[in-house]
Amino acid sequence: MGRLWQPTILLTALMISIPMLVIGAFVFQPSTGNWEHLRATVLPDYLSNSALLALGVAVGTLLIGVSTAWLTAMCRFPGRKLFSWMLLLPLAMPAYIIAYTYTGMFDFAGPVQSWLREWSGWTYGDYWFPEVRSLGGAIVMLSLVLYPYVYLLARAAFLEQSVSVLEVSRTLGCGSWCSFFRVALPLARPAIVAGLSLALMETLADYGTVSYFGLGVFTTGIFRTWFGMGDSVAAAKLASLLLAFVLVLIALERSSRRRARYHHISGQYTRLPEHRLSGSKAVLAFMACFMPLLLGFLLPAAQLGVWALDTWQEMVDAAFITLTINSLLLAFAASLLALVLALFLAYGKRILKTRTVEAAIRIASSGYAIPGTVIAVGIIIPFAWLDNNIDSFMREHFDLSTGLLLSGTLFALLFAYTVRFLAVSLQSVESGLGKIRPAMDDAARSLGYRPKEILFRIHLPLMRASVLTAILIVFVDVMKELPATLILRPFNFNTLAVRAFELASDERLADSSTAALMIVAAGLLPVILLSRSIAHSRKG
Amino acid sequence: MSVKLDIQAIDLSYDKQTVVQDFSMQLQENHIGCLLGPSGCGKTTVLRTIAGFERPEKGVIVIDGQAVSDHQRHLPPEQRHIGMVFQDFSLFPNMSVADNIRFGLRRWPRSEQQQRVSELLKLIGLSDRAKTYPHQLSGGQQQRVALARAMAPRPALLLLDEPFSSLDADLREQLAREVRDILREENISAILVTHDQHEAFAMADEICVMHEGRIQQQDSAYNLYHRPANRFVADFIGEGVLIPGQVANGKVQTELGDIEGQVPEHCKNGCKVDVLVRPDDIIHDDNAPDSAMVTDRAFRGSEFLYTLRMSSGLELLCLVPSHHNHEIGERIGIRLDFDHLVVFPQNSSLAEG
Repeated sequence: MGRLWQPTILLTALMISIPMLVIGAFVFQPSTGNWEHLRATVLPDYLSNSALLALGVAVGTLLIGVSTAWLTAMCRFPGRKLFSWMLLLPLAMPAYIIAYTYTGMFDFAGPVQSWLREWSGWTYGDYWFPEVRSLGGAIVMLSLVLYPYVYLLARAAFLEQSVSVLEVSRTLGCGSWCSFFRVALPLARPAIVAGLSLALMETLADYGTVSYFGLGVFTTGIFRTWFGMGDSVAAAKLASLLLAFVLVLIALERSSRRRARYHHISGQYTRLPEHRLSGSKAVLAFMACFMPLLLGFLLPAAQLGVWALDTWQEMVDAAFITLTINSLLLAFAASLLALVLALFLAYGKRILKTRTVEAAIRIASSGYAIPGTVIAVGIIIPFAWLDNNIDSFMREHFDLSTGLLLSGTLFALLFAYTVRFLAVSLQSVESGLGKIRPAMDDAARSLGYRPKEILFRIHLPLMRASVLTAILIVFVDVMKELPATLILRPFNFNTLAVRAFELASDERLADSSTAALMIVAAGLLPVILLSRSIAHSRKG
Repeated sequence: MSVKLDIQAIDLSYDKQTVVQDFSMQLQENHIGCLLGPSGCGKTTVLRTIAGFERPEKGVIVIDGQAVSDHQRHLPPEQRHIGMVFQDFSLFPNMSVADNIRFGLRRWPRSEQQQRVSELLKLIGLSDRAKTYPHQLSGGQQQRVALARAMAPRPALLLLDEPFSSLDADLREQLAREVRDILREENISAILVTHDQHEAFAMADEICVMHEGRIQQQDSAYNLYHRPANRFVADFIGEGVLIPGQVANGKVQTELGDIEGQVPEHCKNGCKVDVLVRPDDIIHDDNAPDSAMVTDRAFRGSEFLYTLRMSSGLELLCLVPSHHNHEIGERIGIRLDFDHLVVFPQNSSLAEG
């Protein structure tokens, strides 16, 4: 058994990295005519749009995330406690859902503009109104739902900062604003950069929003090349370019996290210096926290609710039930699969502690940064190749056509989910396992317990919470996942996310709201979990 | 009195790096032994080997006359009937104090479990905290629970791995004495690992000083201080300086005068040696012919530890009752008062005699 751990772990890591290796290999593939054509025409647009989108989202998430984090961590104003966890709620809102909800509200025929025309007597062309379905609109949508990544990590960093460094800066004549910019912000920078790179990974991975808004970026380009032009090589080459962007982000995130660890080693948990805000300052702080919450969650959720009240009776039929069950089963199966692998890898690391194993696990857990589109293309290409070869081999030797064995099956879909979400599961399991110090195992053994009994008596009860968290978070991520599901799902197989997106793309916004609301409701579960841990993290 | 633990010449290495080499020791029934040494000397490895977490490459470990580790068998830790207290206590955070103590008693009848747990709770003075959880206890209380948990199944031998290192300094010695009294009351043989000689002195009947995986000296605290077997032990235990001297007619001639005492047999006349001078070997005496200048002083409450320099440049340490308050730069009279002559041939290495 002991000797089999390492090879099995290496094999698992290799399996998980297949999509990335396949896509990476396409960088060196000779270019095709389509590729040359793409490069000459749309590629510059993809590049500049993706870059502008990332830049805009970076600015937006930083502004919202850092300011709300600072306010809820260091200032006293009415509603601060409530905001400290409610600011996470937008995390439950997939970007594509908020995108078409706002489109429904703010486009020409929507309630806002209709009301404006009625009130002012203007007609079409008399006034200027910002276009939701634009690059700027996409930046706003993505910023509104992705800022919690920055908020979460920045807030934790502010809270962990040593009280004394801030006090030292005050005694040296640096006021509270000066202390923020010259001490607190630089100290929190690694955490903020880590949060920002997570938000940017999601931005680059987004397909639903940009496709609904008709923007030409990498993800939509991959879809167009694959399905529109039927050119898998050109699509894979596009994917490999996107992968390069993402790898930069991964490197950025990892190095900032490493630095973040050295930055706050203060064990002092005395009270933070608090800025008591009153009067207009308190109102400003309140609004600064309330607006992201309102725009990122309350308003779109209310709109979805209104639509759903109108349409749910028509929408909830046998087909709807089927696709709900599809979604639930798929999400459950994927979360269990990811959990089993995560447990296997985490225990392997704990037992073996070799560098090879650690490197293998790090590779296996980088999938969270890879866009679903890239993973899907990276899976379908080798699977199709395998299918074709098996089929022709069988026909040649046994006069038997096997057709598609792997591609277009639930197996391919589950594989993609595992690649993408294994890291999420692993993180939760590892943090749980980290709390069970090795000396606890030794203590139990010296008290007469065999290793297997220790697993059940000590590990199981201590790991229960982390295991449940791992299942829950992957479950919800799979429920929300769109691009990989769109590419890899079996023929005629639908999920809630796919259905909501299809209905919205057909401009049946109100009809899609029931499915969308169910996804949002599921997404709320891990947010509640997170917010509970935030509420318990620190008194005061 | 019988032998509780007998370790015969064990070797152990990690990744081809030798950690423990040719290590032997014996522990008598109801004695408390101590492995004392600087960090990285292999003392914790020896302890883990006794517990069965590590397997020696060579040598034999015998507990109560039964070989638990030798070249062919290696009894797993859960079958050795050994209690262990860990440096970080490693209490199970999901169990109450009583359940932690009960953990090793699962094969006992219910009523006896109950009785043993309450008996131990009383012994460690935590009877009213049975239902609390580890994180609600102070460090000292957690330490005592860890001790009670390890002692509960009446182990053949109790191992304590730096049990006081995570506690406040002023708590350590007091707790060390408390633990010693508890072990005595329960008639338990134990081995303590520590790098703190005061802890070792407070608890142990006999002490093994270790350095670089090897045993340097196994002896009582008194003998380690006054009769160190080699330079390492002389340096590691207590304070003192080595001054040069020469053997002549069974005496050692030094700058401070001739010193009588046992000279090593292989040291003939004219042999150059270093003499260990402890701070308590030098007496402050205003009438003494020799004097030295105070170059540094440390106030220790009832005493001063003065660092002195002779006119030849020789440095000495001197312990003086603290009503003799001398300033730095002052010259004070000193004389030698030797009980034990400890000499090492010059140019001998740390571990040689």
